[in-house]
Amino acid sequence: MNTKVTAAGVTFKNPILTASGTFGAGEEYSQFVDLNRLGGVITKGVSNVPWEGNPTPRIAEVYGGMLNAIGLQNPGVDVLIKRDLPFLKKYDTKVIVNVCGKSVYDYLEVVEKLNDQPVDLLEINISCPNVKQGGIAFGQAPNMAAHITQEIRKKSNKPVIIKLSPNVTNIAEMAKAVEAAGADVISLINTLTGMKIDVKKRRFVLANKTGGLSGPAVHPIAVRMVYEAAQAVKIPIIGMGGVMSAEDALELMLAGASVVAVGTANFTNPTATIDIMNDIRQFMLTEGIQDINELIGAVHQ
Amino acid sequence: MAHKYKEEAVIIHQEEICPGVYSMWMHADKIALEAKAGQFIGIYCQDGSRLLPRPVSICEIDKDDLAVRIVYRVAGKGTDEFSHMRTGMPLNIIGPLGNGYPQKSKKAFLIGGGIGIPPLLQLAKDLDCDKQMILGYQNSDTFLSSEFSEYGSVFVATEDGSVGTKGNVLDVIKKQELTADIIYACGPLPMLKALKTYALEQGIECWISLEERMACGVGACLGCVCRSVHKDEHTHVNNKRICTEGPVFVAEEVDI
Repeated sequence: MNTKVTAAGVTFKNPILTASGTFGAGEEYSQFVDLNRLGGVITKGVSNVPWEGNPTPRIAEVYGGMLNAIGLQNPGVDVLIKRDLPFLKKYDTKVIVNVCGKSVYDYLEVVEKLNDQPVDLLEINISCPNVKQGGIAFGQAPNMAAHITQEIRKKSNKPVIIKLSPNVTNIAEMAKAVEAAGADVISLINTLTGMKIDVKKRRFVLANKTGGLSGPAVHPIAVRMVYEAAQAVKIPIIGMGGVMSAEDALELMLAGASVVAVGTANFTNPTATIDIMNDIRQFMLTEGIQDINELIGAVHQ
Repeated sequence: MAHKYKEEAVIIHQEEICPGVYSMWMHADKIALEAKAGQFIGIYCQDGSRLLPRPVSICEIDKDDLAVRIVYRVAGKGTDEFSHMRTGMPLNIIGPLGNGYPQKSKKAFLIGGGIGIPPLLQLAKDLDCDKQMILGYQNSDTFLSSEFSEYGSVFVATEDGSVGTKGNVLDVIKKQELTADIIYACGPLPMLKALKTYALEQGIECWISLEERMACGVGACLGCVCRSVHKDEHTHVNNKRICTEGPVFVAEEVDI
């Protein structure tokens, strides 16, 4: 049975990654999950300098999902290089660093620092709904997304994944724009902007008022958007959005994703990633599937 | 880093000890062996619409029987789900989480308010020193107060004055002219703020247990931070993770 998949020349031992922001840089979950068994780890978004993030409360649970407004708190790329990358290097798994910034310059500073680091791919976060500057500002207009993609592509010697926002009218247009600008891979979906109100206190539950919705509630949207993006571009796709089970992951692959990331499910079950991969293997056995690659984009038209 | 486990616990016994307040003992071998006073567990819901583990403090640990006890108030749909569970039923949990209380040989106040009282019970059992337990409640539903009396002198405050001193935990301390060299506290934020001020005035050490809405419970998501005076070693900003560096902090270190 073959579970290896390839994107932008990088071969993953299996298609299951951890979604950025839900898994730190792997250390916290390494008590529960053997990181060697993951296709790869996508680390939490990192900027050129440490970011404090938003005030609390940052988390709200909603029916079938959750809202978060962490605001990309992170210790900065220098700490990632000194502490987190050496930790991840001990494992036989691919390392994808998620990069965030407030300006094009910020992104480029991080990207250049990572050029000589043990990182397999970069994931450029132009889709975080929880920060006022940067983030999603680059991810909602095709020309802005194309511009930042071009600039990063010029400066980086790694394959570049552009992480797209679902908070757009036309996902295919965004996907085409970043592909034309040189993106090697696209990943989607980031969270959908949501809001929760405490009816007794008549207050917003999140200090930031709005937060990013994730979890099984968003999964059908992810399937639809991965499918639409896959119809629009030739570059590989990393699919994510509410994957709780092997079935959810397989849906994204059939819709056109080569690789799948598991996010919120880590909170519901710390071993979700490896449980899902085990169930995918079981599915392949019972369905007589020799090579997982035959599933990618294989939904009947 | 102390080890954390994902475990399927089995409920030994559950009862409602006051209206809306439940006491549950569960077998959880690995967690019971590792746990200490002031730590907490995350309890996963069975209902798939509720994704996040509920952080609940550990009230007692039985290292012989490899069991832990929680005492919790039904505050929403998740805790309501737990309250309907019965002996023999499985419960998916993660733990032990957080740091727990330091244990020092100093004359101590153990100060709890409302549903912040339970984690102090194991601490009362463990601390081998002169200790006074000061417990604040809303009314005569003074859950666990009799259990604390096995380990030292107990002073009760109630907001409605139905039991003990009318008022809050600081009213008891002042009225009874109690003194101590260290405070261990858990309870609502206004109580913790008042204790922080009191401890600064008195020049005594004060450890407080904080809470916040959490997602992962293990330090990965950065959902449950609190503001800290110093730059945190892990986050490199003035934020500490309540689930990991806490929930117990020395009061002057956190901006509450």
